[in-house]
Amino acid sequence: MAHKSNYVPQSAFEKWLDERLPVVRLMKDQFIDFPTPRNLNYWWTFGGILIFCLIAQMMTGIVLAMHYVANESMAFESIEHIMRNVNWGWLIRYTHAVGASMFFAAAYLHMFRGLYYGSYKAPREILWILGVVILLLMIATSFMGYSLPWGQMSFWAVTVITNLFSSFDSVIPGLGTRIVQWVWGGFSVGNPTLNRLFSLHYLLPFMIAGVVILHIWALHVPGNNNPTGIDVKRSSEAMPFHPYYTIKDGFALAVFAIVFAAFVFYAPNYLGHSDNYIPADPLVTPTHIVPEWYFLPFYAILRAIPSKLFGVIAMFGAIMVLFVVPWLDSSPIRSLRYRPMLKLFFWAFVVTCVALGYLGAMPPDGIYLLSARLGTFYYFAFFLVVLPVVGRIETPTQMPGSITEDIMSKERRRRAALEGGAPAGAPAAPEKR
Amino acid sequence: MDSLDTLARWRTAQIAGVLVIALLALAAPLRAAEDDQIIRKEAWSFTGPFGIYDRAQLQRGFLVYQEVCASCHGMHYLHYRNLSEAGGPEFPEAAAKVVAASVEVEDGPDDQGEMYMRPGRLSDAFVSPFQNDQEARVANNGALPPDLSLMAKARPDGVNYLYSMLTGYADAPADVSMAEGMYYNTAFAGHQIAMPPPLFDDSIEYTDGTPPTIDNYAKDVTAFMMWAAEPKLEERHRVGFRVMIYLIIVAGLLYVAKRRVWSRGAH
Ligand code: HEC
Ligand code: HEM
Repeated sequence: MAHKSNYVPQSAFEKWLDERLPVVRLMKDQFIDFPTPRNLNYWWTFGGILIFCLIAQMMTGIVLAMHYVANESMAFESIEHIMRNVNWGWLIRYTHAVGASMFFAAAYLHMFRGLYYGSYKAPREILWILGVVILLLMIATSFMGYSLPWGQMSFWAVTVITNLFSSFDSVIPGLGTRIVQWVWGGFSVGNPTLNRLFSLHYLLPFMIAGVVILHIWALHVPGNNNPTGIDVKRSSEAMPFHPYYTIKDGFALAVFAIVFAAFVFYAPNYLGHSDNYIPADPLVTPTHIVPEWYFLPFYAILRAIPSKLFGVIAMFGAIMVLFVVPWLDSSPIRSLRYRPMLKLFFWAFVVTCVALGYLGAMPPDGIYLLSARLGTFYYFAFFLVVLPVVGRIETPTQMPGSITEDIMSKERRRRAALEGGAPAGAPAAPEKR
Repeated sequence: MDSLDTLARWRTAQIAGVLVIALLALAAPLRAAEDDQIIRKEAWSFTGPFGIYDRAQLQRGFLVYQEVCASCHGMHYLHYRNLSEAGGPEFPEAAAKVVAASVEVEDGPDDQGEMYMRPGRLSDAFVSPFQNDQEARVANNGALPPDLSLMAKARPDGVNYLYSMLTGYADAPADVSMAEGMYYNTAFAGHQIAMPPPLFDDSIEYTDGTPPTIDNYAKDVTAFMMWAAEPKLEERHRVGFRVMIYLIIVAGLLYVAKRRVWSRGAH
């Protein structure tokens, strides 16, 4: 939201700096005064939580990299060295490992929020698209990170996923194999592979940080959406970001940190796989190769398709389709609060995603395979059929004219409830005043 | 900012929390052991947020490892010094030195350029029984006895599995045909394990009055393997408790502060 700058340089130095590089002005305008809708609920706190996650991953990661050795015969041992001999090494490593899961949990909730409140619609399409770019980078980063301990699951996950490129052999014979060998840096997953995975795992978070800056820039041009999906129309409908949202985000972050810490201190390996405490062995294939939980829905989609090539296309398509969501949804109304029909389809979509996550961990046969196919079908149908069609056929419910009106009617209902269910507007008994 | 509104907000926060946990809990069913493995759940001193190791148990477990398992299995992530460190078996340092000195370690080269053997020191890693995997296989009918340092974390439901496996030897049912040199085990995946039953009642002498049974040996050596895999567990639980208290207080203060700030601005 473009708003007038309230920054007045306080000292001669600040004035001098402001005329040359107005960073202080930028900070004040964008992170202190920034007008933010007053009706944001707690689903809007995950953006701030994600920034915390990114910083936590980078800080713990940089320390880990000081002790980690990216070599196929030393990687596993160097992790154990961190766990046993480095001061607070266990804390740093468990925080980083659990942190990846927390990061994805927060990102998925953040995205479901965006879908529910129609935050991807004009004028926030670029903001949404940058979010999807971040998601892709996050997926790449965590996949590479998971390979670094060079345990059994690391090794075999890399083998399975890099081998997906060989599906191109069915397009141009030999092409897939060439790509796979180029990715591996050899004829099998080995030391060159591990080295490049480490190099890129260190690089990508900085790229994420760059895209996050663009993401926030793209947020600060139109300003936040809000639970009504109605644009802010008067200045009284917004509040300065600080202190109102700094304190609210702070509280949400503290609650998030409690969940985070509970995992780190009391169940640090709960989200991991026990096979990753066995050093990588190219000669022994684990009975079940399963990815981390946050990839399971995509893994289920991959395996639901009988053809390898189309499985790969569907898996990537499941993310690519997010890029065009702003143009698939045919309704001008943002918030699902006022779209009863799409709301049902939305919750069915959430359940489908969770179910696909479960199915991704199950063997791909019998009822599991059938369910995964149904789930995959609905996943794509939600975007490609439901979003375009429902907007044309549903009857939206009555919307308030503005954020203020919405707040007022809530207030009236609240009063009515407080006054023992008396109808709104009826005079309350004096003794209850 | 009261009752209804706050309630609605709390509900949102709760839903968020439940969703996060539900998403994370998704990972749970993935690591269930194969259906036909019989896993017995034991009560361990180190589980739960306040769990700590039972020193006497770790000391007995080390004895079992040393007297039985060490002839086939290494534990090369352990160092002899760890035996006397806080949060472990906490043997007196002198005892750990004696254990270390009982092994021969290759060192060198000396100033003649020769490698030589010397008695172990506290700073040495546990010496493995075999030079390499090939030698280990030759000595074990082709099967490889894995290193035990991380074993308690390297199997689903680690400690319960290990305890069940060590006590799970039985006669093969009539309809199961056993491969040459394999032993029937109710907990091992596939039920045919190449490790001969390592534990027998009364085979190791306990000096603290604990009954010298297979069951106790198995429990004690399992606890020892857990410590070997997770030597910082006690520190983790201790620090965790402080961090949780701190975060809960911070969250509480922030909540109060948030209500204060918002009640000023909401009207
Ligand atoms: C005679 C040599 C020998 C002794 C003594 C021995 N083991 Fe083993 N152990 C083996 C072999 C061989 C295997 C590999 C079994 C297989 O893969 O079928 C094995 C496997 C194991 C495994 C891995 C099981 C799995 O799930 O893969 C554990 C745990 C284990 N031993 C623990 C112990 C413990 C604890 C002791 C001491 C009480 C011990 N072993 C004593 C030879 C031995
Ligand atoms: C590193 C990961 C990410 C970070 C640090 C991040 C950060 C933020 C922040 C700080 C906000 C404003 C506060 C909020 O609305 O919660 C925001 C808003 C938004 N983000 Fe993200 N985000 C990330 C990933 C994503 C992803 C993966 C998507 C979806 C594809 C996404 C889509 C959006 C949208 C649509 C908004 C606007 C919401 C609104 O105003 O209603 N973000 N993000």
